[in-house]
Amino acid sequence: MVTSRRKFIKISALGLGGLAATSTAYKLFASNPILDAAIKENIAKKFVRSATYCEVCFWKCAAWAYTDTNGDIKKIIGNETDPHCYGRLCPRGTGGVGMYNDDDRLKTPLIRTTINGEETFRKASWDEALDLIASKFKHIKNTYGAESFALLKHGSPGKHLEHLFKAYGSDTIAEPAYAQCRGAREAGFALTYGSWVGSPEPTDIRDTKCLVLIGSHIGENMHNSQVQEMSDAIDNGATIITVDPRFSTAASKSQHWLAIKPATDIALMLAWMNVLIEEELYDKDYVKKYTTGFDELKDHVLNFTPEWAYGITTIKPEEIRKTARKMAHASPSVIIHPGRHVSWYGDDTQRARAMAILNGLLGSWGRRGGFYFKESIKVPKFPHPDYPHPKWDWTDIGEKFPLAQMGITTEVIKCAIPSEDNKYPVKAMMVAGTNITKSIPEKKLLEEAMDNLEFMVVLDTMPMDVTGYADVVLPECTYLERYDGIRSATNREPSIAVRVPAVQPKYDSKPGWWVAKQIGERIGLGEYFKYDDYKEVIEWQLNKMGTSLEEMNKIGVKHFPRKSGPLYLDEDKNYEFPTESGKIELYSKELKNLGFDPLPVYTKHPEPPQGFYRLNYGRAPMHTFSRTANNPNLNDLKSENNLWVNPKVARIIGLKTGQSVWLRNQDKITSSFSIKVRVTERIRWDSVYMVHGFGHNNKKLTRAFGKGINDTQMISKVAIDPIMGGTGMRGNFVEILTEDPHKTIEI
Amino acid sequence: MQEELFTSGRHIPNIDPSLEIWHWPISLYLFLGGLAAGLLFFAGVVTILGKDKEYPTTVKYASMVPPVALSLGLLALVYDLTHPLYTWQLYTTIRLESPMSWGAWVLLITTPLSFMWVFSYYSELFPKWKLKFKFLNKFEKFLKKNRKNMAYALVPLSIILGVYTGILLSAFNARPLWNNAILGPLFLTSGLSTGAATIILLAKNTKEIHLFSKIDLALIIIELGLIVHMIMGMYAGSEVQLDAMNLLIGGEFTLMFFGFVVILGLIVPGILEALEIKGYKVPVAIPAILILIGGLIFRFVMVEAGQITRYLY
Amino acid sequence: MRYAMVIDTLKCVGCSDCVVACQTENDVPIGYCRDWITETVNGAYPNIELELKSERCNHCENAPCVRCCPTGASHIVEGGIVLVTGDECIGCGACIESCPYDARYQHPDGYVDKCTFCHHRLEKGQLPACVSVCPTKCMYFGDLDNPNSEVSRLLKNRKWKTLAPEAGTKPQVYYLI
Repeated sequence: MVTSRRKFIKISALGLGGLAATSTAYKLFASNPILDAAIKENIAKKFVRSATYCEVCFWKCAAWAYTDTNGDIKKIIGNETDPHCYGRLCPRGTGGVGMYNDDDRLKTPLIRTTINGEETFRKASWDEALDLIASKFKHIKNTYGAESFALLKHGSPGKHLEHLFKAYGSDTIAEPAYAQCRGAREAGFALTYGSWVGSPEPTDIRDTKCLVLIGSHIGENMHNSQVQEMSDAIDNGATIITVDPRFSTAASKSQHWLAIKPATDIALMLAWMNVLIEEELYDKDYVKKYTTGFDELKDHVLNFTPEWAYGITTIKPEEIRKTARKMAHASPSVIIHPGRHVSWYGDDTQRARAMAILNGLLGSWGRRGGFYFKESIKVPKFPHPDYPHPKWDWTDIGEKFPLAQMGITTEVIKCAIPSEDNKYPVKAMMVAGTNITKSIPEKKLLEEAMDNLEFMVVLDTMPMDVTGYADVVLPECTYLERYDGIRSATNREPSIAVRVPAVQPKYDSKPGWWVAKQIGERIGLGEYFKYDDYKEVIEWQLNKMGTSLEEMNKIGVKHFPRKSGPLYLDEDKNYEFPTESGKIELYSKELKNLGFDPLPVYTKHPEPPQGFYRLNYGRAPMHTFSRTANNPNLNDLKSENNLWVNPKVARIIGLKTGQSVWLRNQDKITSSFSIKVRVTERIRWDSVYMVHGFGHNNKKLTRAFGKGINDTQMISKVAIDPIMGGTGMRGNFVEILTEDPHKTIEI
Repeated sequence: MQEELFTSGRHIPNIDPSLEIWHWPISLYLFLGGLAAGLLFFAGVVTILGKDKEYPTTVKYASMVPPVALSLGLLALVYDLTHPLYTWQLYTTIRLESPMSWGAWVLLITTPLSFMWVFSYYSELFPKWKLKFKFLNKFEKFLKKNRKNMAYALVPLSIILGVYTGILLSAFNARPLWNNAILGPLFLTSGLSTGAATIILLAKNTKEIHLFSKIDLALIIIELGLIVHMIMGMYAGSEVQLDAMNLLIGGEFTLMFFGFVVILGLIVPGILEALEIKGYKVPVAIPAILILIGGLIFRFVMVEAGQITRYLY
Repeated sequence: MRYAMVIDTLKCVGCSDCVVACQTENDVPIGYCRDWITETVNGAYPNIELELKSERCNHCENAPCVRCCPTGASHIVEGGIVLVTGDECIGCGACIESCPYDARYQHPDGYVDKCTFCHHRLEKGQLPACVSVCPTKCMYFGDLDNPNSEVSRLLKNRKWKTLAPEAGTKPQVYYLI
């Protein structure tokens, strides 16, 4: 079967006489076993591995960074024992090397200056930059109060700066992860079950019999352990039902793809509830034992028949019934997945409520194959003086939204625009680890706010678009070059992971904790930063938790036993949910009291006018929003986004795959760059789709600049969720321009 | 609607979107190899038949071309290698399954032989420049004596060389345009035809011109037949072969193929040569040059178009 | 021994982790790749089929690249793995022309390069890098001569296909469908 090459050479040597003799000699030399071993020894690279957890996305998978003898990071491999990744990173985690290697990284602090009447950045020393920032901190506090210095943040650096800001006296803190992403889901599930969904979501996908994805595209979002568990579920023969107007990757893995008309999900879910109740398919014992408000729900959905929903969702009644029965059949091992990015249409909390209610009817919360009871271990707080009490904070800014549980970025940003009735003036802002120009909709508003700031400082690893608006830009080193806080996330079993630098910071970049400490010390808050190296904090915390940095260096991830009780509901015991009634609140009195619908109601949302298409956006598995677009390894896989267009639309407009087009939205906002068309059957004729996070306009991002369109630029209309302040972003409509609109303006 | 795309964005240099591994030097190499094979074949046959005195251009003057052509061809080949410092690795082994390997060996033998052939005519070709070294004189004499033996070796070697230029391409199953058995004979015929054209171009006596015009006309007819045969074969073939055929008869290479190869490179010179044989006064250089240009373009078309064709899966 | 890779297209989501893992494991220069992902879409909305698959050298049993290599740089080793010895390769490109899968490329250093099934890892008892990282666990690797190996069992119990079987190369990367 196998041809041995050496054997072949022998034959040729026999046939070729003199000439072959030399070749035989050569081959013999090459196949010398001792020499072979010596060569292998040389080739076998000697690696040093260091424990880390990934910071390319929020999933924070624990990993090992492998460094060669030259001190270069060669590869990053998942930590086998980590419940976030089970030893397998996603492409972004594996490609984290590129984040470290990217030549376009921010290299030194930069300070805005004016040369010949033109604003530009000049290189500065850390001392100069930090002194300047410290003086602004002092000035803002003395003039307006510390509260007027806001922090918009994401990820690990955000935590360190949050500490600085709270010590300074400001809790004017927000992150796009709430109002622009998963906030509505947390509010909806908290109203129903009394607890957040959280991250990673406590979905027991690996043991589920039926996974229902509503607009959630696992597989295109690489939420690592969920992707892995969905794969296990496929192996186990689980039924997957995907509700999505687009034929997502997940839809292609599903037995049932419900190609729903956009913005009608609540109608579908009401019809499902109707079927479950009318056909008495719901988990009666569970509903009786653990829920409240079933009778109200029953009355509420009485008329929401599949036939009623058909007219709204375009999904055939028998398909609605069939899928409802499938779910019921799998109950309680069924998951109506809460999704992650849920700020769509402004009634998102209600949609999340509908999902929560369906899970309640199917008895999946607290059941194997449904939702497990998550648990995490508390990391002891490194001692520091108490934080001062700010006069106002994010809760006051978001007071219009009674159930907002975190700062609302857009509301904080609005506070930066001076007006007479603005009680909470934001005068300065720090942005850390989030490219707000690509995550916050309504660019005009954002730019006006940033224009009005007295001072703005940005901390990032890359020259993201947002750095262009800053007065001072600070180069953060990547996660591979720093110590960071201990990761403790909720999961089936509590665990912690550490991040240890694999290499020294490249260029003149510094860790987030160091920046926080340096600013703190300069403004007289040294008491809050009583350590020289963040390593000391981790060591102290690990010792308190009964381990050590030494041990963690070897294992990377440590598991702790559960303390909160079993993973699933103990059927024999009574269980009290952390809601007001102690039960799952199918009917929400809290919402009723606040003047909102106590049960989800379908409302019609605007539809694209003639010639316009609904702008739908999503994820590509190899990119994390806008932050990885310039990563050399990941850019190599996908350097730009494409505009998905249905062939019918392509025929009408005359579009071909690969053709460059521009977009203009309902508010006459034209895209800065062009995007290449992908004519595909995977998208509906009333929508277009693109992956979020492209169309960078900072030229310093040499690979990503001008590639594709920034979907956020096209989102100038938001539907605000009145319950928690989320910004629904899927109600924007665009027309497709085949001629360069910028050229016409010039002429 | 069907869509096929790379999700992980493949843009490998010279591979995507279609192969561009072999460039102009390979086309030139194939042309020069075929030309040299044709000339050496005719020189050998005429010598074996003992007609070398009647056809001096064939055995003497035109045979100065092959050593130059083969040397240039080899240079072109090495120029297109991406790891040329390791070229010597070719001669550490014989791999009969690899046309490139036995081609390299045939060239290794044929090229010096073609030099020796010319050297055997040195005194007649360059009567003014006397050889300065005695051993060279001796060597020339030795070669002259063994000319017939050389001819016996050259005839099979030149056929192998001519066929090789085609088989080099046709051995690639993965490139449907190349993957047909006709390509070997077709390239051999084309090589012989360009060889004959060169003789016509260089010959001074009408007898020689007439003979090779006749031979060339026959070769042109055979070559046209083989091309039709090749296209018919593809026409009856699988989808990938139909795609390959379409490149030649209804695609981006149609003008080059039909215009320059078939019409200007074969039919027009064929007609001109036929007229010449019939006794019409035709400047013989015109069909000869057309054939040479046609032969060269043929190699370019086949090498470039072949790399576009591939399997669908 | 007959090494083979089995890839479950029903699980692959096309994330391209296999591509990145290969690049970092094997020092494949940016802009080149030894493996890649293809997407095939068939049908019309809303009756569509989507197939994603990770492709690479098929380590063909009847390998045209090994056949046409003039120096023997392309060769087959134990387990049927097709390898290229860089300093025996002259860069003639014949093997690239011969591959129906376009799985080979010219390394910027001149020699021809391609997937090795991570031969250096197999020697240490590790799986190929792509297989070991795949987040969907859709890739399997093992010995087809062993009837009890996971790959053998998968091919026995599941419907599968290979790529361009009509090219006659007997590819050893199998796709479960």
